[in-house]
Amino acid sequence: MQKTFLGVPVVRPKVAFFELSSCEGCQLQLLNNEATLLDFLSLVEIVRFREGMKEAGDDYEIAFVEGSITRFDEEVQLKVIRERAKIVVALGSCACFGGVNQLKNRFNDLEWVKKEVYGSFPIETQEVKPLSAVIKVDLEIYGCPIKKEEVERIVTALVLGEQIHHPQYPVCMECKARENICLFDLGEPCLGPVTRAGCDAWCPSNRLGCWGCRGPAPEANLSQLQIIMAERGISQERMIDRLECFGGFGTFVDEVKGKKGEPR
Amino acid sequence: MLFKVFAASELIRLYELLAADRIVGPVKKGDDQYGRSLYDFDVVHDFSDLHLDYGQTIHSAKNYFLPYREDLCAFTFQDDGSGASGDWHKEVDYGVYAPLVLFGLHPCDINALNKLDKVLLGGKYPNPFYGEKRANMFIVGHSCSPQPFCFCKSMGTDSAIRGFDLFLTRMDDLYFAEILSSRAFHLLEQIDCHDPDSSELRHYMEIMEAKESLFVAHVDTSDLTKILDLEFQASVWQEWGQKCLSCGTCAQVCPTCYCYGVEERVDMDFSRAHKEKQLYSCNLLDFASVAGGHNFRPESHTRLKYRYYHKHRGFVEAFEESLCVGCGRCGQSCLARITVPEVIASVRASKE
Repeated sequence: MQKTFLGVPVVRPKVAFFELSSCEGCQLQLLNNEATLLDFLSLVEIVRFREGMKEAGDDYEIAFVEGSITRFDEEVQLKVIRERAKIVVALGSCACFGGVNQLKNRFNDLEWVKKEVYGSFPIETQEVKPLSAVIKVDLEIYGCPIKKEEVERIVTALVLGEQIHHPQYPVCMECKARENICLFDLGEPCLGPVTRAGCDAWCPSNRLGCWGCRGPAPEANLSQLQIIMAERGISQERMIDRLECFGGFGTFVDEVKGKKGEPR
Repeated sequence: MLFKVFAASELIRLYELLAADRIVGPVKKGDDQYGRSLYDFDVVHDFSDLHLDYGQTIHSAKNYFLPYREDLCAFTFQDDGSGASGDWHKEVDYGVYAPLVLFGLHPCDINALNKLDKVLLGGKYPNPFYGEKRANMFIVGHSCSPQPFCFCKSMGTDSAIRGFDLFLTRMDDLYFAEILSSRAFHLLEQIDCHDPDSSELRHYMEIMEAKESLFVAHVDTSDLTKILDLEFQASVWQEWGQKCLSCGTCAQVCPTCYCYGVEERVDMDFSRAHKEKQLYSCNLLDFASVAGGHNFRPESHTRLKYRYYHKHRGFVEAFEESLCVGCGRCGQSCLARITVPEVIASVRASKE
C-alpha cells in the first residue's frame, strides 16, 4: 500500500548503502535497533546494503556512503555513485572528515607508514580523503558511529522533503541537559565545548570525555579550549591527540602545529 | 506566618509523611578530582540520600518545572490511504502524573520560582505546562550557608518570604520552621513540635544575622539598568565574548533561564507528529538565527551580552526586579570562567 502523509502520497525513495575504507560500524548501527527497524525499512526501499542483504542494485536515488578514500579505485567508485544518485549522503566521521583512517596523514612519510603496517605486502594506499575532496556531497551525517536516532530523523525529513537541521551548538548543551558531572571537574579532557552536538552527549554521559568525532561546532572557540586545557594542566599534546583523532578539527590542528613549528 | 520548632531527629518523620508523593531533593552525585562532593537535585528514594547540608547543586531543579525537553503536543493522523485527507487528533500532555515535593530548596531557588511565576503564569498567556507542575508542587525550603560564589544578597534573594510551603532553618539539633500553607501546618501537627520560646527566637535571629557576614561575592546593582544602556557598545563585552564558548551551559544550569525553541518531528511511520520544545540559550548560534537563515547576532559577544541584558535590564524594566537570583551556578559551570560578579563589575568600570 502506498504510504501517505497528511493524505498526500509519499514515494519511498530507493536507497543504497556503500562502504569505502571503514569498519562498516555506522551501517551496523542502523540495523542495531530492532524496535524501529521495520519502520525504517518501510520508509525507504533499500536496493543495496551489504550488512543486511545479498542483492546489490544500481538503481537508487539516495546513496549513503560510509568510509573515507584511501585508494584510487574508491575515487572511481565514488564518482559512479555520484552520477547515479540524486542525493549523496556522507555517513559517519570517515566519510565526512576522513575519520580514524586519516590519522596516518599526520605522518610526514606515508611510504614509511605503509612499510610499518604492511611490510613488503604489495598494497595500494594513498593519503586519506573525505568524500567532499572528490565529489559534491549533499548531506553530512556526523559521528563515529552515527547516532541511529538522528539518522532516522534525518531520513524521515529527507523522505518528506523537509529541510535538515543539524544543531549548531556544542555537546555541552546536551551534556548539561542530561545533568552529567562535567568531565573537567573529574580532571579529564573533553572536546564537548567545541564539538557539534546531536549525539545527546553519548560519551560524556558514560563518563568518557568527548573526542570530537562529530567535528567542530560552527562557532567552536578553540583558542579558549586551549586556555581551558592549559589551566587544568592538560598538555597540548593530549589535546591535539584528541583533536586529530577523527579529522574534523584538521584546520585547527594545522594552525596550532604551525604556531609551534614542530611537525610530528 | 506561623513558626514552629522541632528536634532535628523529627525530620525523618516529616520526610516519611511526604514520601507518599515523589520527593526531589539534593543528592550526592560524586566527587570532583579534589575529593569535593558534587550535588544535584534528583528523585530521593531514601531519607539518608537527602543531603540537606549541600553547598550548591551543579544544576538547578529546573528539569522538574521547566524540562530541558518537553513535547508540547502530538498530532495523530487517521489516514485511510485512499488519498482523501484523513482526520487528525491533537494530544496535549502537561507531563504531571504525581504530586511533587521539592525538599531542600535554598532561598535563591525559591525566589527563582517566584520570578518564573511572574513571566510564565502572570501574563496574558499563562504557560499550562509550567502551571500544572507548579500547582502540584509542595516546597520545603532549607537554610543555606553562602558559598564563595553566591551573590544572592546583592540580588535581594538571600531570603524567601513567599513561594514555599515550609521553610526549615537548622539551629544545632533543632529546626526552626516557617509555615506558609495549611498543608504544611497539618503536616507539622503530625510530628513532635512546639511554638518557639524566646531563647529559640533569639537563636534564630542570631543565625540570620550571622549569615549576612558570610557573603564573599557581591554585585553592585545600583543604577545597573542605566549603566547597561550606557555601556551597550563597551569593549569589555568583546573581551568576554572572546572567552565565551557559545555552549549554553550557563543557561542550562540557571534556575530562571526559560527561553526555548520548538521543533516539529514526524514519526518514522508517519502516524504522528510532535511539537517538541527544547530549552535554549541566548548564547547559542542556533537561537539567534531566524527563518530564511539570517542571524541577527552572529558574533559571540553580542549573544553573551543579551543574556546579561535580559537578566539585569529587560526583566528589571518589566518586573522591577532582576531575573538573576545570584545562585552563582553559571559562573561555577562556565569553563571559560565567565562569572556574573566579574562581568557586571567590568561593565561598571568601563569608561567609554
